[in-house]
Amino acid sequence: MIKLFSLKQQKKDGESSPRSNNQKKATAAQLRITKDINELNLPKTCNTEFPDADDLLSFKLIICPDEGFYRTGRFVFSFKVGPNYPHEPPKVKCETQVYHPNIDQQGNVCLNILREDWKPVLTINSIVYGLQYLFLEPNPEDPLNKEAAEVLTSNRRLFEQNVQKAMRGGYVGGTYFDRCLK
Amino acid sequence: MSEHQGVSQKRWGHLRKVLERPGPFSHPDFEPSSEILDFIMTTCKLLVIGAGGLGCELLKDLALMGFKQIHVIDMDTIELSNLNRQFLFRQEDIGSSKAEVAASFINRKVKGCQVTPHFCKIQDYDETFYRQFHLVVCGLDSIVARRWINGMLISLLNYEDGTLDQTSIIPMIDGGTEGFKGHARVILPGVSACIDCTLDLYPPQITYPLCTIANTPRLPEHCIEYVKIIQWPKENPWGSLIDGDDPQHILWIYEKSLERSTQFNIVGVTYRLVQGVVKNIIPAVASTNAVIAAMCATEVFKLATSCCVPLNNYLVFNDVDGIYTYTFEAEKKENCLACSQIPQTLLIQDPEQMKLKNLLDVFCESAAYQMKNPGLTTYINGKNKTLYISTIKNIEEKTRENLTKTLLELGLQDGSEIMVADLTSPNVLSVRLKFASKNVDT
Repeated sequence: MIKLFSLKQQKKDGESSPRSNNQKKATAAQLRITKDINELNLPKTCNTEFPDADDLLSFKLIICPDEGFYRTGRFVFSFKVGPNYPHEPPKVKCETQVYHPNIDQQGNVCLNILREDWKPVLTINSIVYGLQYLFLEPNPEDPLNKEAAEVLTSNRRLFEQNVQKAMRGGYVGGTYFDRCLK
Repeated sequence: MSEHQGVSQKRWGHLRKVLERPGPFSHPDFEPSSEILDFIMTTCKLLVIGAGGLGCELLKDLALMGFKQIHVIDMDTIELSNLNRQFLFRQEDIGSSKAEVAASFINRKVKGCQVTPHFCKIQDYDETFYRQFHLVVCGLDSIVARRWINGMLISLLNYEDGTLDQTSIIPMIDGGTEGFKGHARVILPGVSACIDCTLDLYPPQITYPLCTIANTPRLPEHCIEYVKIIQWPKENPWGSLIDGDDPQHILWIYEKSLERSTQFNIVGVTYRLVQGVVKNIIPAVASTNAVIAAMCATEVFKLATSCCVPLNNYLVFNDVDGIYTYTFEAEKKENCLACSQIPQTLLIQDPEQMKLKNLLDVFCESAAYQMKNPGLTTYINGKNKTLYISTIKNIEEKTRENLTKTLLELGLQDGSEIMVADLTSPNVLSVRLKFASKNVDT
């Protein structure tokens, strides 16, 4: 048992138990993201960009799918890792405008592990694979962009054409998409 | 004079019965003494974090128990809805700092007690502030804040060759309530389970699938979340983030949520619900706060005086239906990100000559480490610095030049801590550099 009384009677105004130096310690979020980043195993279609190498909590992921509807496109996602990581998932937004059933015009991404199914055992790598999968298999069952989802279920050819049109830059329906070819 | 002393004797009579003689429940090592009461009243310095529902109760309990040096920290101001249970505040205090009003109330009512208020975030202070306390008591409503103070107290621990220096331990007593449920726990940083060890116990925040919110809402909460997550950023009516305390913002969200709920035939969107969802309000029950605070205050007393065995170490309380309590020992997690980080010491023979790449070689080649692709980061002047990470192309390019710099050139000093991540270990390793002192030849 710890006896504060006998051990600490001398403690006054922070003068006791000095540490060898006044360094700040890394937070749990910082430690965990360092681990995640160091062990990031990216598929060849993905790349990361760290605007500030000292800040591992905010970075971009670039996906250039090599098959599927979105082949030849280049899509940028921003990652923001909060102080509660890995208890809470990072905030991920799609910065490229994309005609996709599960991504809306504001860049919100409907991927279960980014919200309701996030678990602390998941890593940045899990999210990367989840996002890559969205481009290979867009899921019309859980749409964010309802129109795109309807086209995908009713007419795959038209969907493919719409994706191409959007990636080259132009209007699909009433919405304008910036060019995002590789 | 003698009369005055008589009053004082009487005032603390009950405490003296516990502290100046042994009893059937006292700790086996307890040595009764009149000095203990003196310690509580003159030397022992407490920090109460939070001056809300639990904080008010705690301050009252601790002050009436004889503790005289109490600091209280809270970043919030008083709101009308606090007044039913946060009894140190009155209507005219609305808008003032909780910490300041609570402190002056206690100082006025409890003779001899000195409460020092701090109207700021806990993150505004550094370790020199936190190190001055003997004990920290938390009445917090956020996991982030709990984890922060937990991490702070762990960072104050002193290890000498891997052994914990017991004088560097500042115990943390954590209380928490939610409606009719609550908990009280005792954390001895570095010794018993910490907040991060038991993070799994906290339920994750309720989240709804984004696609449900966007397309197939079924609950009033779905409609509110839709306005919050999708409509607000799109229309941004005030060109700012949502402020849960701004009635105009809440009203706007309420109106838009109502529109959406009518569209989908959902009933139940009310102004109060909107407030609840946006501000994440948890119902507060005054009696639960009183019970939990009393338990925490008792633990403070036990730890400060060593008179009884403290709670080991986690108590849950529930009075939804009758009264139920259960105590168990939360276990320290072996690979806890917060408290298992006992720094290993690495002796650096020649800090002026040693380059970062030499240090990297030590981690890869020495028998003790045998790492594959160690990633190295550190803290310099309180800020994270990436020394070298080889596995990420973009970071490798930016940190490559560090390899040929000496440790001193990189800003590392004797005692600096380096975080080392590698495939070969489930956790990041914390390594403290020890520079060999220059010996005048022997």
